[in-house]
Amino acid sequence: MTPNLILFLILALVAVATALGMLFSKNAVYSALFLVLNFVTVAVFYLLLGAPFIAMAQITVYAGAIMVLFLFVIMLLGAERLPDTHVLPWQKPLATVLTVILALESTYLLWTKARPSGAVLPPGAEVNTVDNLRAMAMTLFNDYLLPFEVTSVLLLVAMVGVIVLVRREKGQKS
Amino acid sequence: MVPLSWYLIFAAALFSIGMFGVLSRRNAVAILLGIELMLNSVNINLAAFWRYGDVHLMAGQVFAIIVFAVAAAEVAVGLALVISVYRSRRTVVADEIDMMKW
Repeated sequence: MTPNLILFLILALVAVATALGMLFSKNAVYSALFLVLNFVTVAVFYLLLGAPFIAMAQITVYAGAIMVLFLFVIMLLGAERLPDTHVLPWQKPLATVLTVILALESTYLLWTKARPSGAVLPPGAEVNTVDNLRAMAMTLFNDYLLPFEVTSVLLLVAMVGVIVLVRREKGQKS
Repeated sequence: MVPLSWYLIFAAALFSIGMFGVLSRRNAVAILLGIELMLNSVNINLAAFWRYGDVHLMAGQVFAIIVFAVAAAEVAVGLALVISVYRSRRTVVADEIDMMKW
């Protein structure tokens, strides 16, 4: 049992537990808060993998910006609790069956097939995070400059779309 | 060192939990929360493949960053749609949003 393995197991346990907590809490605010904890745990996973930049981006973008937006909307609409009416009685059993099938199938396939023939980096070697970060910035702004710019246009389009969607027409009362 | 397949199985477990959330929850905001979990689990795969493949090829991390931006755009549009539906129907229950049903 290496320290990395112990860390991995603890983190995986916490992440799955918080994801299940997100699933089974009746109150949507608790769901969102469980998901924040899950995102922070996944950020520690990125640190474990030697990718500090995406770990920090995960915390600021996911756990920070996106989840605050979720909490805003939940509280704005008062959608914490919903009346307990079941229009589709077969929805939950069907969802359970489909999810169990997906989980078993993917676990089986990954367990049997996902064996890398030989890692380029010897397993156990640490990556140099600073060099790594510099190389990532060079890649992002040289080779992937066009996708990067397209992403910024995508964000702009999303912003305009959101404003158009929630804008009130003149004279319209909410 | 943790085997690569453990990371992939862990990500698949998170993805399955997220999918169960999308399929079984009735609150439209909770469905979006499930989608976020699914996108996030895909990012774990990207980072793990980067780490266990060639560490000098940074494409895995770059893709993860692009997925972040796409997730942010997706959640903004999704929540705007939820707010817009709430204004006209006074509900966020997915069962009751049935304007496209004939």
